[in-house]
Amino acid sequence: MKMKTLLAAGCAAMLATASLADDHKVKVGMITTLSGGGAGLGIDSRDGFLLAAKLAGNDALEIVVEDDQRKPDIAVQLADKMIQSEKVDVLTGIVWSNLAMAVVPAATAQGKFYLSTNAAPSMLAGKGCNPNYFSVSYQNDNLHEAAGAYVKNAGYSKPFILAPNYPAGQDSLTGFKRLYGGELAGEVYTKLGQTDYAAEIAQIRASDADSIFFFLPGGMGISFLKQYADSGLDLPVVGPAFSFDQGILQAVGDAAMGVKNTSQWNKDIDNAANATFVEEFQKEYGRLPSLYAAQGYDTANLLLSAMEKADVSDADAFRSALKAAEFDSVRGDFSFAANNHPIQDIYVREVIKEGEVYTNKIIDTALEDHSNAYVEDCNM
Amino acid sequence: MTPILFIEQVLNGLQFGVMLFLMAAGLTLVFGVMGLINLAHGSLYMVGAFAAAAVAGATGSFLLALMAALTAAAAAGALVELVVIRRLYARDHLDQVLATFALILIFSEGTRWAFGSFPLFLDLPGYLSGPVTLPGGIEYPLYRLTLIVTGLVIAAGLFWLISGTRLGIRIRAGESDREMIAALGVDISKLYTVVFALGAALAGLAGAMVGAIQSVQVGMGEPVLILAFVVIVIGGIGSIKGALVGALLVGLTDTLGGLLLPEVFKLFMETSAASSTGSALASMLIYILMAGVLIWKPQGLFGGQT
Repeated sequence: MKMKTLLAAGCAAMLATASLADDHKVKVGMITTLSGGGAGLGIDSRDGFLLAAKLAGNDALEIVVEDDQRKPDIAVQLADKMIQSEKVDVLTGIVWSNLAMAVVPAATAQGKFYLSTNAAPSMLAGKGCNPNYFSVSYQNDNLHEAAGAYVKNAGYSKPFILAPNYPAGQDSLTGFKRLYGGELAGEVYTKLGQTDYAAEIAQIRASDADSIFFFLPGGMGISFLKQYADSGLDLPVVGPAFSFDQGILQAVGDAAMGVKNTSQWNKDIDNAANATFVEEFQKEYGRLPSLYAAQGYDTANLLLSAMEKADVSDADAFRSALKAAEFDSVRGDFSFAANNHPIQDIYVREVIKEGEVYTNKIIDTALEDHSNAYVEDCNM
Repeated sequence: MTPILFIEQVLNGLQFGVMLFLMAAGLTLVFGVMGLINLAHGSLYMVGAFAAAAVAGATGSFLLALMAALTAAAAAGALVELVVIRRLYARDHLDQVLATFALILIFSEGTRWAFGSFPLFLDLPGYLSGPVTLPGGIEYPLYRLTLIVTGLVIAAGLFWLISGTRLGIRIRAGESDREMIAALGVDISKLYTVVFALGAALAGLAGAMVGAIQSVQVGMGEPVLILAFVVIVIGGIGSIKGALVGALLVGLTDTLGGLLLPEVFKLFMETSAASSTGSALASMLIYILMAGVLIWKPQGLFGGQT
């Protein structure tokens, strides 16, 4: 008799915990870069994501954050750990395309959802697309395409273009040329991680360029701009947002003033979601949010919107709920194209100074409701 | 390509080489005198740059910033020598590599903890910014010219220090026979601390001077460190003269290679492919140069002499 009661109690307890676990809980594994050179981007992605989760106050969302140190092997180990022992339902957070390539295909093959807060390599947008992989940020080429379109519309006829010699750099110049389509004064690939651009600046001076487009993320862009400003050259500069984002503008200083850059987000986009985000982010962390923070914030809100409509254990329903993208994006209009990459406006921003802080303001729209060039290649 | 562009690139190569020399000089002194492989040398470069950025931010003076870089890097160097490096002289190189690699991580994360993850701002002072016009109509940034001159003056000072002063005699003696000079009453452990701090100060100065035109951020020292190792392998370990010649060779090869190779490839390839292939090959050039020197002179150009 005693034994029977005990068993019954045990069964009841098991049922209770099982139903608890079933109660729309979603466990998110966030792998991002929190130490070393590129930590600023990962920290902003994380802070934006956590802020959205905090504001939503949804107890069903559980988040584990780990540092990939910008190393693909560590990212893979962390993903394995999160899938095998932490039993996460959704992975997110990776900043760099090479790390995303190492983690995303394996994670989606194991039936996990991956929501990208930043990295969106073309390999995962075209033939390598997957129904469980969503890029909330953009497709990697998007901002470069917008820069190309802007340069063409602004009437420049001989831009000099440069990018580092690695896949994202080559994609960048390809994207720029796709929508610019005109004549170039020069096209130069620099070394990845290069910090001295004296040689390239001399080449620009010797060419008859009427403008410059460059994609040099992080410290590379800071170095280039400072040296460019010091060279006495005075051509208009255009680039994607990466070298002019909130996190690094203060380090570039006056050299960045007036530079035009393309972005799908800025703090002055006029909608209620964005106003709340910018205000709450500053209140929580004491600094202005960056593009990466905005992308992290949107990713979390997309996930929360899907959680309201479907249970993560029902993968098909959850997938459709994600695909519907019914959340208030800080970017305004946001929807997914057939290959799960955003359809969104991309703006032209100008670097300005507000008081003592360097920041951006939107001056134009480069592309409206822009999708990406890889939709056709994706069969899913 | 115009002659002006070529001359400008030679100047760029010289400037790059001179900065590499400041890094390599400390590395080669420490390796030559103490037989120690110091992977954390790049961290001292970073310490110099961060100290300069912090002081420039607080005082607005570039000269004070440079002094701060020198002092902070020398102090960090001396501290590291007293606390960690001192225990490693008798160990083999593998232990030294491991311990100094750990120091890189400690310095990087320590700096991130103290200054945050975002790059810092260090700008040129007004009197050093902007271009000057050289004979022949070449426009060249004044600051880069200043770097070349400063680097060459420091190189001359180092030669004088090594060959003409008492400290230099001790350093050279310590290099050949450390037991003997210890027996002659020279405080060898103090000498080592001084040499280490001197090398650190040079790296810190380079970090601050380069930081003003590049980015001041965590991990900025490591790429330079690799090049500095290439320089001392080419120049010959322990030789200041070798470090100078090696640094200038690497600087010029790297800069001119990056300019000329894509041009050469454009003669028989489509522009986009040529610039990508050319720059890929150009980034290998200094290692090809190193391999060539090692085949011809396995000890490096000035190896085995000081």
